[in-house]
Amino acid sequence: MEWQREWKPLALMVVVFLAVYHLPVGIPRFDNAIQEALELVRWYAREHVLLCLIPAFFIAGAIAVFVSQASVLKYLGAGANKVLAYGVASVSGTVLAVCSCTVLPLFAGIYRMGAGLGPAAAFLYAGPAINVLAIVLTARVLGAEMGIARAVAAIAFSIVIGLAMHWIFRKEEQEKQLAQAAQPQVESSRPLWQNALFFGAMIGILVFANWGGGEGGGFWSLVAAYRWWLTSLLALLLGIMLMFWFGLPKGQVLLAGAPALVLALVFPSQPTLAFIAGFIGLSLLLGRREDENGTWFKESWDFAKQILPLLLLGVLVAGLLLGRPGQEGLIPSEWVSRAVGDNSLGANFFASLVGAFMYFATLTEIPILQGLIGNGMHKGPALALLLAGPALSLPNMLVIRSLIGTLKTVIFIALVVVMATISGLLYGALF
Amino acid sequence: MEIKVCGPDCAKCHETERVVREALDEAGVTAQVVKVSDFNEIAKLGVFTTPAVVIDGQIKCSGKTPTKKEVMAWIGG
Repeated sequence: MEWQREWKPLALMVVVFLAVYHLPVGIPRFDNAIQEALELVRWYAREHVLLCLIPAFFIAGAIAVFVSQASVLKYLGAGANKVLAYGVASVSGTVLAVCSCTVLPLFAGIYRMGAGLGPAAAFLYAGPAINVLAIVLTARVLGAEMGIARAVAAIAFSIVIGLAMHWIFRKEEQEKQLAQAAQPQVESSRPLWQNALFFGAMIGILVFANWGGGEGGGFWSLVAAYRWWLTSLLALLLGIMLMFWFGLPKGQVLLAGAPALVLALVFPSQPTLAFIAGFIGLSLLLGRREDENGTWFKESWDFAKQILPLLLLGVLVAGLLLGRPGQEGLIPSEWVSRAVGDNSLGANFFASLVGAFMYFATLTEIPILQGLIGNGMHKGPALALLLAGPALSLPNMLVIRSLIGTLKTVIFIALVVVMATISGLLYGALF
Repeated sequence: MEIKVCGPDCAKCHETERVVREALDEAGVTAQVVKVSDFNEIAKLGVFTTPAVVIDGQIKCSGKTPTKKEVMAWIGG
């Protein structure tokens, strides 16, 4: 036998066998953790997939297709205005970093051929935290407050980190020979205001369909009472835009919207049915086309295909280890509350450091954090973990090191950990 | 003809490579397809966003997976 090649499957087999052999079935904590994992997955499937993730995938897909990346990259190129470059780098993650595999190549590009180390570092820090899907799901699962805090802190601190990196290595930056990156020329097929209204309508559908909280009266509950009317109105507007601005055949758009309308009239108490029918109609309308509308569907589908399996796995693992909010999984709540249960410097630092080294697949940081908060994690360290987590992981540190060298990488990591700690402390103290 | 498919090991990059290879097959064109996954190499080619397709040093598309039709047009099939 070729031991040099066969030792890997053998080792794997032994590990799996030992794990299964000692499987702690019947021990209450383990059985309970399995139950928690399944309950959590069901809760996500019922509460977050249909109304939240599906529209978010369509929005992310539309951003990838209809927002001109070239017009954003222009501000991050070699000849770009330096002050502007920091601002653009810190917010462009919303448009550019919808897929986690685009963050590192863009970082390399901005560093080597574009605006330089500072903006590149700012982009690397903010990008993963402020992509549309991340903000939407954070706000939905962990609360609007946390979603906004995540976005605002990521943007603000990315500029600080970028400037610090630039200042520390300012001599090198001056000597660097810049190669000009080729800028792809993309012609825009419709004016900016039309695109803005189009995205506004889609984001509005997402926001109103998920509008919660009917209690307490006032503006919030008023909107909650009429949320499906608002959603329908925006869906209607979206249909009209697709007909007149996106060049889709009018008959087909009407046909695609008809089942949703019928379901809404026949089952007014089940608005989710009409909502799903609307998205199926949209998918059928877009899916078979070859033009940019077809690409829109393809991009959305790619996001769903890429993110959903990982998220399912992440939710299962989070449920297994931490349980649902208020319940325990494999890890005792006491450990969590002892390590990160208050808003101390130590707790924030610990959360930042762990977040920096740990690998989170796209969006899985959210169920994990939800579990941790449910087990007594304080809001401050939670934000710290959320900021340091997706920006860095051990595998991507190694890639970053190969791009910018050991010293710069170490300083970048240190800055991220320090900034995340400070943001956590501030947030924990204020809210 | 040398075709470089740039991108780290991500789903879209594999998809791009598959599309390029299928387009070559269908068009009956022979070309050397190279997968570039090192970020430094990618940056040197002048590519900002991946996945990208570079044919004989010219960036044909970047930041998205091309369709088979587009690739056919580039390779003149």
